[in-house]
Amino acid sequence: MTRKYTRDHEWIRTDGVRATVGITDFAQHALGDIVFVELPEIGRKLEKGKEAAVVESVKAASDVFAPVSGEVVDVNAALKDDPARVNSSPEDEGWFFKLKISDASELDGLMDAEAYKQHTGD
Amino acid sequence: MADRPPEFRTTLYDWHLAQGGKMMPFAGFSLPVQYPDGIIAEHLHARSAAALFDVSHMGQMVLRGRESWKKFARLVPGDVPGLKPWQMRYSCLLNEWGGVVDDIMIVRPDAGDDLWLIVNAARRAADTALIGTVVPPEQVEMAARDLVALQGPKAARVLVAYTEAARALSFMQATWTEIHGIPALLMRSGYTGEDGFEISVEPRHTLELTGVLMRHPDVKPAGLGARDTLRLEAGLCLYGHELDEKITPVEAGLSWLISRPRLARGEFAGASIIEAQILNPPERLRVGLVVDGRAPAREGCEIQEPGKNRPVGVVTSGTFSPTLNHPIAMGYVEPAFADPDQPLNLMVRGRPVPARVTPLPFVSHRYEKQKKQN
Repeated sequence: MTRKYTRDHEWIRTDGVRATVGITDFAQHALGDIVFVELPEIGRKLEKGKEAAVVESVKAASDVFAPVSGEVVDVNAALKDDPARVNSSPEDEGWFFKLKISDASELDGLMDAEAYKQHTGD
Repeated sequence: MADRPPEFRTTLYDWHLAQGGKMMPFAGFSLPVQYPDGIIAEHLHARSAAALFDVSHMGQMVLRGRESWKKFARLVPGDVPGLKPWQMRYSCLLNEWGGVVDDIMIVRPDAGDDLWLIVNAARRAADTALIGTVVPPEQVEMAARDLVALQGPKAARVLVAYTEAARALSFMQATWTEIHGIPALLMRSGYTGEDGFEISVEPRHTLELTGVLMRHPDVKPAGLGARDTLRLEAGLCLYGHELDEKITPVEAGLSWLISRPRLARGEFAGASIIEAQILNPPERLRVGLVVDGRAPAREGCEIQEPGKNRPVGVVTSGTFSPTLNHPIAMGYVEPAFADPDQPLNLMVRGRPVPARVTPLPFVSHRYEKQKKQN
């Protein structure tokens, strides 16, 4: 299993063609208290870089983009009643959706943990 | 590319940083949107204990001499010349069309001849220009003072340790006092719907005053984020959202600010337009909206008549209510859709979200109403 990151602060954890997507700890920290998450429908085909979900903090709504193209095979239904999981456990229990990746080569352009750390200026 | 002017820093800027404040630009000032506890925790703290806000961006002005009050009264719908010592009032500055140039506090802290005005940061220039049309420059001045708000059910308990005035004042009264030896204009007022105080001091005392208040274990700092969710739950207007120069007090649901005798005598700007709106409903009215589900409907969302997809209004402020645990909003709708329980659709990301009109405030005010003896 490997984890990669986008410039827009999504993470993607892959296990073969299956992948789990969420937003990073940096992102949840910048957003503040999260009160609502709008998830894609299961079966929807997502396109790399296009809007996949919406996350709302008290202050504002932000788009979450698909790190790679693929079909949504599962969503984190627990976020419906408890969106604050994204704050408390952004890179684990606060995952957004699972994908069946359609083109694994799209992963190549994403950042590894070290590069993402630099990207966020840590 | 034009350089953006740097934001002003309030006296407490370094203190905010030391508290872990996340700074953001607001009305030309750099102010904390939140501290590490986060907006929801800060909000709930103001509802249950006492929250400290740096509101030094607010402008403070003094009208010198009774002559200036009479001239100034031409711009406001309330009974300014009738203000008694210790009284303060919420009011509006009006243009000739009855539109709101700013919403302000008018304060008479003592039996003397000075009136204090607390105005919005972003409206200082507009206010100064408007007031300058009726009051000669030597009778009005901007005061270089800071403003700290202590808001919540325990605010009075914190302050009575330092000043008896915190006990004597009721909500919307003000007086000069000393807090831990610091000379202060103490106002029992605020922008949260809770009991609380706004404390005006000279900038050289602001840091010390803040330290004195923070010594109490019930006091925690809160930022602009919580200030906005608190005022929205309290159904209070925010200039630039619920109020602007094209909106009248009648449309904004602020008819209670209007002195009927002064209206009948046409003693203030826009009186004839406002009188007509009181007799016949205006084209739009401010309403509170309780929103289904959990997704907040934000400023700018179109309001539609259900089933007809016809626009009947627009959302002016919307957020997630930490107290009620669901989204709330305020907006303007045509009068036919302004009655309580009226179902409406709010267009959020192109999809209709059901909502219904609800009386304001969303969360009951808890002001301290006991009386200071005149």
